Amino acid sequence: MTGFELIATHLPVLAVVLPLIAGFLTPIVGWIDRRLPWYWVILAMFVVLLVTGNNLMTVINSGTIHYKLGGWDPPYGIEYVIDLLNGFVCLIIAFIGLMVAIYSKESLKREVPGKTTPFYSVFLLLITGLMGMTITGDIFNFYVFLEISSLTAYALIAMGDRGDGVVASFNYLIMGTVAASFILLGIGYLYAVTGSLNMADLQDLLPSIYESRVVLAALAFFMVGFSIKVGLFPLHAWLPDAYTHAPSTASAVIAGLMTKVGAYAMIRFMFSVFTPVFVIDMTRMADILAWAAALAIVVGSVLAIAQSDIKRMLAYSSISQIGYILLGIGLVNMIGVQGGLLHILNHALMKCALFLVAGAIFYRTGIRNLYQFQGLGKKMPVTMTVFLIAALSMIGVPGTVGFTSKWYLALGSIAAEHWIFVFIILLSSLLNIVYFWRVFDNIWFGHPHEIEHLQRDEAPLSMLVPMVILAALCVFFGLFAYYPLHYVLEPLSEALLGLGGVP
Amino acid sequence: MSRIQESVIVRTVVRIMVPFILLFALYVIMHGAGGPGGGFQGGVIFGAGIILYAMIYGIDAGKKKISDALDRILASTGLTIYAGTGLLCIISGGMLLQYGAVPLLPDNPAEVSKYLIDFVEIGIGITVSAVMISLFFDVSSPESEEAEE
Repeated sequence: MTGFELIATHLPVLAVVLPLIAGFLTPIVGWIDRRLPWYWVILAMFVVLLVTGNNLMTVINSGTIHYKLGGWDPPYGIEYVIDLLNGFVCLIIAFIGLMVAIYSKESLKREVPGKTTPFYSVFLLLITGLMGMTITGDIFNFYVFLEISSLTAYALIAMGDRGDGVVASFNYLIMGTVAASFILLGIGYLYAVTGSLNMADLQDLLPSIYESRVVLAALAFFMVGFSIKVGLFPLHAWLPDAYTHAPSTASAVIAGLMTKVGAYAMIRFMFSVFTPVFVIDMTRMADILAWAAALAIVVGSVLAIAQSDIKRMLAYSSISQIGYILLGIGLVNMIGVQGGLLHILNHALMKCALFLVAGAIFYRTGIRNLYQFQGLGKKMPVTMTVFLIAALSMIGVPGTVGFTSKWYLALGSIAAEHWIFVFIILLSSLLNIVYFWRVFDNIWFGHPHEIEHLQRDEAPLSMLVPMVILAALCVFFGLFAYYPLHYVLEPLSEALLGLGGVP
Repeated sequence: MSRIQESVIVRTVVRIMVPFILLFALYVIMHGAGGPGGGFQGGVIFGAGIILYAMIYGIDAGKKKISDALDRILASTGLTIYAGTGLLCIISGGMLLQYGAVPLLPDNPAEVSKYLIDFVEIGIGITVSAVMISLFFDVSSPESEEAEE
């Protein structure tokens, strides 16, 4: 037995425990030398990336992994379950986390001087929370990790713009706490009627009492709670401020991951705590979700057009992109769900890249108003090319990953015979062009009257590398969307819709 | 210096009470495995003892007892004890936090569980009390923000 085989069975739990330990050791590392935490975080995230990558490979090759915490058997003990869905989401979390960690060095020096060590500590705890939410198979354990990720996100946002950051964080705290209370109430209701907290166990126990009002109320609480967490349109009020005023690094990781994990949780609760029959036919929750998502797509895009701060514009665009993910899920047919799930990957890559670019621009010039971007195409050509690729992916130009997911969503809408959703997807793509064109226009074709003597002044290498990798992946998955679709998303959407949840 | 801090009665009572509060905190922590209590509650009581001392004898006197650096290291150490115990279980061939798997007393795994749970509770207690104290110091001394680094 090699050392790897010895540790292999524990890899599921290590994905959560490693960032936790690393996060708490960060203050000690920073106490030894203030420059060390950056290397420390990169090391930790790299190991976590390898662990989650290995987990996903194991799931693809040999099926779902179950890990019993403390050796207690599932309905009583806490169980970590990794199937295709959360293996996929975990890999995204680890990858985006690593990219943002590499990027963070210079940006943090500028934006949160003197607080880099606490920042990295909290950053790793945020990754812990997100990993835990994704991996766990126990709904109360899920709630604990939800609180960890929320509290750390509040702290990260509050480190941002002096004054505004704290207010934004406080607003988010109130909304987030309301959301968490709804979710906790839902968990309490389910526990009251079934006496179980294990997801697989609940899925067996619940169908016999679907008529119960308590179960209906629990579903409603969950959906409202998660809708606040992902920033679905009428409940999105916290999101733009929080994304705008957080430090660039924190914006990138929160925009790239928090809402995605919220969407994952929604899928998990809809299809593997409740069953598709209940969500689709008995309560028609899927239809409600699809319509709310369609509304979010349009309203988010329209509001994004009205913004002049680039981070705020990206935040509103996030609201609309979350709509795509949830629309795909709400369509509940094979193609639609695949499109929605692919959009999780897609949105994590491109939105993270866009926020990193916004941070790099702010780092070099101190400008966030996109009408002052004239001439930046000359000043920072590589950064702006990344912006161009990520924005094209957001619009859905063929050759980028955004095209594939939008194509699947449109096909899914046609298959579900909801022609209005096809129209909404096309309309929103046009609106995307409108708000990104304003930026392109200023960057590449602006009249640099005041900055004519501009020198080429590219962002530092540690910022460029992660941005370029993310942009390259947007194109890579655009051309080779076959890999995620064939290996992960097709069997996954079959499992979600076909037999009533994940085995 | 407010009036209550100068009061001889308060100062004397606090001086006598604080050691007992800390002792009670240790009792609650150690009682965690076999009865009501545990690392969290004990840690809060321990932190409250230090906070009481700092409130009456002044923030600076409190920081002399537990400095910011010590506080941070304690917070990290406590969690490292907790996670380290979990990893010890993995290294011994069990699942994370499966205390019985650690081969300290080969014939009596339940006994090992009991002691290791105590060990974990101590870790939790250290972290909770350190975080409580650092929260109090952070809120009470706004001037330290600029001075840092």
